[in-house]
Amino acid sequence: MSQTWASRVILSLTLLFLIGPFFIIIFAGLSAGSTLSFPPDGLSLKWYLAVFSVESFRQSFMLSMLLAVFGTLTALLLGVPAAYAICRYKIPGAETIKLIVAAPIIVPGIIVGLALLRYLVVPLNFTVTLALFLAHTALVLPYAVRVVTATLENLRTDIEEAAILLGCTRLQAFTKAVLPNIKSGILAAFILGFVTSFNQVPVSLFLSGPGVRTLPIDMLAYMEITYDPSVAALSALLAFLSIAIVFIAEKTLGFSRYV
Amino acid sequence: MSDIAVSLKDLTLAYGDTVAVPDLNLDIHRGELIALLGPSGCGKTTTMRAIAGLMTPTAGQILIDNTDVTRVPPNKREVGLVFQSYALFPHLSGFENVAFGLRVRKTPEAEITRRVEAGLQLVGMAHLADRKPAELSGGQQQRLSLARSLVMKPKVLLLDEPLSNLDARLRLEMRTELQRLQRQTGITMVFVTHDQSEALALSDRIVLMKDGRIEQIGSPESLYNQPQSVFAADFVGYENIFAVLPSTTATPDRCTIKNPHGQLQLDYPVAADHIAWRPTGVVIGSGGHHGTVAAVAFAGQQREYVIDTDAGVIKADIDASVTPVAVGDTIRFDLPLSSARLITAQP
Repeated sequence: MSQTWASRVILSLTLLFLIGPFFIIIFAGLSAGSTLSFPPDGLSLKWYLAVFSVESFRQSFMLSMLLAVFGTLTALLLGVPAAYAICRYKIPGAETIKLIVAAPIIVPGIIVGLALLRYLVVPLNFTVTLALFLAHTALVLPYAVRVVTATLENLRTDIEEAAILLGCTRLQAFTKAVLPNIKSGILAAFILGFVTSFNQVPVSLFLSGPGVRTLPIDMLAYMEITYDPSVAALSALLAFLSIAIVFIAEKTLGFSRYV
Repeated sequence: MSDIAVSLKDLTLAYGDTVAVPDLNLDIHRGELIALLGPSGCGKTTTMRAIAGLMTPTAGQILIDNTDVTRVPPNKREVGLVFQSYALFPHLSGFENVAFGLRVRKTPEAEITRRVEAGLQLVGMAHLADRKPAELSGGQQQRLSLARSLVMKPKVLLLDEPLSNLDARLRLEMRTELQRLQRQTGITMVFVTHDQSEALALSDRIVLMKDGRIEQIGSPESLYNQPQSVFAADFVGYENIFAVLPSTTATPDRCTIKNPHGQLQLDYPVAADHIAWRPTGVVIGSGGHHGTVAAVAFAGQQREYVIDTDAGVIKADIDASVTPVAVGDTIRFDLPLSSARLITAQP
């Protein structure tokens, strides 16, 4: 009895610890005052609306969106064949390849960012945008490979042979028999990759240049100069966006199966 | 010559350095229902995959309708394969599964509809055409998989353990169904199985394989009644097998038989290398041998006795109407020449 009671308290405290800051941010953004504070200085929606009129937020939001979409698409373009090869062929060193592909998850983002800056942007004269694109692709790749691999492992292999005996080439067998059966896994990988890329801070921190900033970095920079509640409002909006995406994904795909 | 549908000539199949099938020669007649029978690892599945083109031979030739297809890729061979697990496309309906091959071949829509409907009709699946494979029972998936191959009018239809995933009743039904389909379509069918009763019941001819080699080819009757080797005899149910020791001049009218566990004396001479009895061929309650009943199992028509003897266990199936002998009791048994199969090694 008391054990149940104690475990409930611990559960509640844990949830409060995890979700609490989120509520603080939501309410801080609702402030009517002009500095970031909690509890808020009166209630108003003005900072939630003000977010949309900040020019640099609009630019960095667009950059973040483009990076998330194209970085993830590129990662999938590389990751789906990689996952297929790892699953279907006995590649020498497949385990090593899996580890290397997973490296961006394990290696701290700060190190990845610094490395990319030091060895791509500086000596090779890569533009910051290109470096950001490469960095985000590399960061999302592990998720793409992992999620698609999990989906492929649940798909029987003999349907490809069946397709070939019914007249398909190898490629047709993949597009007609395999792809339709792993598309929800690919979509799940896309969503996971998109959210990861969009919320990514440490790598992007190193790869920012004049006028080229992702949204989270821009928010950091904004706060250093202007300490008003708009950043809290924007954070809350972004959190809602992520929650909405994952919620829809869970309802339509059963997202949690893949992650 | 033209009645040969598939011809394997000096076919050698290997996985890396491991030779699974060395130098196989086999002619499969047109319109025949033939079984490749053998224990796992005997090369039967490998041979089937080679006919389908899913495996490239290291040496030899495969001819289909007198054309060398050894280097023809599997998608151009016009060979059908019904997989053991059916391998239906999970994302497609029954109709679309059957239509798959025709769509790949860019068949006109009207013809696809006509042929798929006829195919579904043939296997009795027309009423379930809208269902996805996951919504079908094992037997229904089997039928769908058959229809999917049959609509392509393959030159040969290969079936991998077609009955092994079905329960006993469905197995009987599908067995009849396969024979009917074969008669109705006239398509040459090759099926792979490890189950001798399945092969005996279904096929026109059985190819018994062991270690990648053909042990014996023949009709189900000839394989069942005249196994030519110890392996074949064991495989078709001669469970009591002995080597025959040469008769001595002192006792020309009797002989000694032995197995790894011991020896028994027979009161008649045997002119063969081996002698074997089915459990149904052993007589108990009379005869010159003694043993102890180690186990008795009731199996409906008969009781299956396991008897401990000087030469290990002897298995005997006795009509169930005979009063049973208790476990532990000593009984007499006989190994009559009339029910024995004599085997002499091929030169």
